Amino acid sequence: MAGEGDRRSDPEVERRSRLLGGLHFEGEGARGVAIALLSTAVFLTVVIVAVTQSAGWPEVKRTFFDWGDISSSFPDIARAFKLNVEIFLVCEVFILIFALVIAVLRSLPGPAFFPLRALAIIYSDLARGVPTILVIALLGFGAPALQLTGVPRSRVFWAGVGLILVYSGYVAEVYRAGIESVHPSQEAAARSLGLSRFQALRRVILPQAIRRVIPPLLNDFIGLQKDTALVSTLGVVEAFNQANIDSAATFTYGSYLAAAALFVAITIPLARLTDWLIARDRQKRQASGAVA
Amino acid sequence: MRKLGYLALALLVALLAAACGSTKKSSSGSTSTAAVNCSNKNDLNLKTTDQLTIGTDNPAFPPWFGGTPHKPWQVSDPNSGQGYESAVAYAVAKQLGFDKSQVVWKHVPFANSYAPGPKPFDFDINQISFTPARAKVVDFSDSYYDVNQSVVVNKGTPIASVTTVAGLKPYDLGAQLGTTSYQFIKDTIKPTKQPSVFPSNTGAVQALKNKQIDGLVVDLPTAFYVTAVEVPNSKVLGQFPAEPGGEHFGMVFEKGNSLRTCVNQALTELRSNGTLKQLQQKWLAKATGAPILK
Repeated sequence: MAGEGDRRSDPEVERRSRLLGGLHFEGEGARGVAIALLSTAVFLTVVIVAVTQSAGWPEVKRTFFDWGDISSSFPDIARAFKLNVEIFLVCEVFILIFALVIAVLRSLPGPAFFPLRALAIIYSDLARGVPTILVIALLGFGAPALQLTGVPRSRVFWAGVGLILVYSGYVAEVYRAGIESVHPSQEAAARSLGLSRFQALRRVILPQAIRRVIPPLLNDFIGLQKDTALVSTLGVVEAFNQANIDSAATFTYGSYLAAAALFVAITIPLARLTDWLIARDRQKRQASGAVA
Repeated sequence: MRKLGYLALALLVALLAAACGSTKKSSSGSTSTAAVNCSNKNDLNLKTTDQLTIGTDNPAFPPWFGGTPHKPWQVSDPNSGQGYESAVAYAVAKQLGFDKSQVVWKHVPFANSYAPGPKPFDFDINQISFTPARAKVVDFSDSYYDVNQSVVVNKGTPIASVTTVAGLKPYDLGAQLGTTSYQFIKDTIKPTKQPSVFPSNTGAVQALKNKQIDGLVVDLPTAFYVTAVEVPNSKVLGQFPAEPGGEHFGMVFEKGNSLRTCVNQALTELRSNGTLKQLQQKWLAKATGAPILK
């Protein structure tokens, strides 16, 4: 990398370029930047003129972009958003563990493990195949309807279980991709050193596999964070439902923008972090001459 | 060099902000305040000529709608003319000069009834309460029903012995999204726990059945339907004293629709000739006589 004689040799520039991700100005230099600025300005002007001159704009502006609506609904929505964050954080822990178990089951070799493999495959097919909102509605209203003693009635609990089940399906696939990306020679080498199959998995394969899939894992967590809004199906007042309440009370949509801003405040930093990790990972691999 | 990247970003944000702030373009729906002629239905402002298009949500629940369900309609059928809202809608249609075959019902989910842009209906009748905030966005007809809120509970549960509004405070209460019941819980009952809000009647009723909530706050006629049909072993604990000024249901119109004037004339006529009272006795008779919670 170093000594290429271009802007990349400056570590500070490089750090910022990673942060900015997609904002690349190819034909560099002041001219390139000027063109980028100009085309951005022209593009935005066209979009803004098209939107604001449209027949429905005054009504849309009044119902969606009323600053009074947005700011007055914000405090309640922010309070309700705490629940989204809590659900997200708790589910994330369980998903990471549960999905890893599924992924390991699925990559067990040999005919003896066929039933476990089959189970893992069926699970991740079902978990990814049924819409999350259905899983949550089925569990949240269905499980307590059984009226079994000891079965919790809490809707937040069942919504959490639903999210964990669904997202574990996705995350297990991510783990599996990571496990399969580790070259078989790694396991062969580990076994030849006297490690048991489990030890090889635990000490050699998984550490490499997981490190490789951190960016796609984070990607799934961005999805999870957004999907906490589905808990509203069960009547739980989290950020989206609070926005619904405000919207229905005033027949305006400013509250939706307030809720969107809160979600974005969490998901965008996560997205940037993911991009940064991907870039760092790529650089590391290039530097070390691509291990495995 | 990268600084210019930020500059472009800042420019983008600034332009977007300007877009939200600017535009003084005044082209709000030209409200023709000129005298509206209601005597000839050809002069009415309709979506489709010679046809009155009325919106309501599906399923359409008793006692607001009745009859056996047909094709797209679940639980009951607005076309039946049975149930209070269906009957009122047909009575209004008759006043305006439409016969039964010229009335077309359209499935309009509650959230769509106030979505900006041209409305797919002439008016929407769906137990929508008038509030001043809502009236800034859509137009409401005059009242076709003055409504009281009430609370439904499971028999034999601790909440079932409560007799006062204050006594409801410690319980898990729920309401349906879009009703004023939620606001009522928040402002009047002020419970210690966050009340639940369900996107549909179905979810709210299921949660009450499952005892996931202790009490469901709904309008009184709906409360009687819930106890009679939807939740076995439940009862109407009581109704709440009417708010100052009262609460009423109104039909929803696109802002500035001149048809509203004619519908209001029809409602005035139906009120003075006793039709509204008669229809209430026919369809909502059960919805009286619940104890008032002090």
